[in-house]
Amino acid sequence: MKSAHRTARPLSLAVAALVGLPLFISGCGAAGNSASSTEPVKEISVVDYYNNEPDKSFIGDALTACGTKAGVTIKRETVPGKSLISKVLQQSSSKTLPDVLMLDNPDLQQIAATGALAPLADFKISTDDFAPGVLSAGTYKDKVYGLAPTVNTIALFYNKDILAKAGVTPPTTWDELKSAAAKLTSGDQYGLAFNANPTYEGTWQFLPVMWSNGGDEKKIDTKETEQALQLWTDLVKNGSVSSSALNWTQADVKDQFMAGKAAMMVNGPWQIPSLDKQPALQYGVVKIPVREAGQTSVAPLGGEVWTVPQTGNKTRQAKAAEVVACLNSDENQLAMAKVRNTIPSKTTLAETFASENPKLATFTELIKTARARTGQLGEEWPGQATKIYTAIQTALTGNASPADALKQAQGQ
Amino acid sequence: MSMTTDLSHTAAGPSAGKSSRKHGRANTSGTEAQSPRRRSRQRRERIFQWLFLVPAVVYMALFFGYPVAKNVVMSFQDYTTSTFFTGEAPWVGLANYATVLSSSLFSTSLLNTALFTLGSILGQFVIGLALAIFFQRKFPLNGILRSLLLLPWLLPLIVSSAVWRWILDKDSGALNRFLGALGIIDTGIPWLTSTSLALIAVVGVNIWIGIPFNLTILYGGLQEIPDELYEAGSLDGATGWRAFRHITWPMLRPVVSVVLVLGVVYTLKVLDIILGLTNGGPANSTQTIATQSYALSFNEFKFGEGAALGNVLVIISLVFAVLYLRASRRAVDE
Repeated sequence: MKSAHRTARPLSLAVAALVGLPLFISGCGAAGNSASSTEPVKEISVVDYYNNEPDKSFIGDALTACGTKAGVTIKRETVPGKSLISKVLQQSSSKTLPDVLMLDNPDLQQIAATGALAPLADFKISTDDFAPGVLSAGTYKDKVYGLAPTVNTIALFYNKDILAKAGVTPPTTWDELKSAAAKLTSGDQYGLAFNANPTYEGTWQFLPVMWSNGGDEKKIDTKETEQALQLWTDLVKNGSVSSSALNWTQADVKDQFMAGKAAMMVNGPWQIPSLDKQPALQYGVVKIPVREAGQTSVAPLGGEVWTVPQTGNKTRQAKAAEVVACLNSDENQLAMAKVRNTIPSKTTLAETFASENPKLATFTELIKTARARTGQLGEEWPGQATKIYTAIQTALTGNASPADALKQAQGQ
Repeated sequence: MSMTTDLSHTAAGPSAGKSSRKHGRANTSGTEAQSPRRRSRQRRERIFQWLFLVPAVVYMALFFGYPVAKNVVMSFQDYTTSTFFTGEAPWVGLANYATVLSSSLFSTSLLNTALFTLGSILGQFVIGLALAIFFQRKFPLNGILRSLLLLPWLLPLIVSSAVWRWILDKDSGALNRFLGALGIIDTGIPWLTSTSLALIAVVGVNIWIGIPFNLTILYGGLQEIPDELYEAGSLDGATGWRAFRHITWPMLRPVVSVVLVLGVVYTLKVLDIILGLTNGGPANSTQTIATQSYALSFNEFKFGEGAALGNVLVIISLVFAVLYLRASRRAVDE
């Protein structure tokens, strides 16, 4: 009996520990933000998705410099792009959001709608001179929640040697694009490569032709969008674009272009470092063609915005806002744009930047009129983007005509 | 099987204790003063018995009960991204189920899930069984070859799907190059980008991944069949196909039912291979209930609808699990 008593105690302890463990763990998690707001802030936590070099260091250095300027050290965590949103959702339910949070711009409205972010006007951060597309990407219900120091978009890359050999000049209209692509297709080589895969990337690559022709992302079964989808369908049907486009990522498209298996491609400036690793490859960049000469090429805006989450600690938030403001300063925009092959967000910087970086001139020009994916749609973007790529896939596989594919998708 | 043995253990535990206690009481019943003490000891023993169950119960509740219950609750709520921050998820009753089940995509996904599961299981099982029987023979390098066949099982699924995506590419894929070099085809076959071929290609890759599992379990089952049966059978003229039909198959049946039921349950919920190969495309021709549920929750942030579709999948799996439990119970009864 004595022995029973003796064993009983460790056991009950163990049971108590087991039951208490989750409480203890959750307690730990919440402790991070409970510091009183009068204490001076020494450290600022940052979460972003630049987990690959060289961007990881570029952003890291900029953060450290901005931290020093604000008198804080930076505790930075980089997560893979795909897991950022689930991380943010998890952190917002456990109230452990970082002081500074980076978001991909189409996700901003989704997160701002939850109430997890603080409007930047609360911290008197200036939004003057930012390109309208950049501001609309960072705005939710008339308040700016995030600012991007640099942004990007997509354009038409072409292989100078292949085009010269075939006597083709870079196309500016859809008809020119179709005939150029057809002329450049022979043997193993396709005229053009783009990505039409069943993800938001497929939608993103289609937006330039859809928007330039006046297509409306809210209501996709219109004449304008149908014409744009007809172009994509014709290019695949004619064999100028491989039907593999239905499964390619943007990186695959770049590989095809680099291997000389595509004379032209739709892609973004983030591919430039890879392209430049192959010195023999001579390429140029032009705007994505429009249906009729005279139409404006409207490109979709890409890039990441920096936000200040509602952590409940005003002093920390103020420091975090200083860091965000510093990241978006003119000097930082120019410096980051140059090393990362992106475009400064402020239109006032565009001219100097374009003249200093001729490779990015076309992209710089496009940013002035670029549109945010969430500008019209807001939180509706994921749903509507799904409909758009579904319609593209339906039309490109020949399951339905572009008009029917769009009608079906819109009704879904 | 393990379920029934577990139950019998816990059932045996208390009853054994009771009988020993009865014996104890019979022996010491003469002394009246000791009886309250005895009773408290009995109670303590009972408490101990329950305490031994606690870790298992807590584990089950925490890691199986909670997620399942949470998923069921979620499927009746309008669960969005804001829910994570505010904790508010309005009750919407069966609206999520209605949306998901009435969607035009549901019938496509359901059909694809059925074809994917059926095709995968059939291929994996037949090839796995054939290989298992083949490896029963004694020949040099048997062990090495058999362990090499386990490779697909050891590779992370995301790696295998990336490699297969490259192999099956229309223009520069290894498979089309190979077929082209043999003169079988002129132009590349769009394995992953044709609506009529993509599902077949995905099933093929899943068969490749599933063969090791089937091979290993069935090989183990074959080893259990005593050689004497085959010797006796051969005396009566049962060799080759007839030996398989009348000795191997009946003896292997319990193992076969395990392999098939586990296979069905594993295959129903396959996600990473399809996401890696086609992402449900082209034009939803490889969209299954699992991929659709994933897309709803994590691409479109409609967590309630995703949960509802997930529960539909759980119910389908449950049907097979119940069939399996009934079959194994019958086997025990016999």
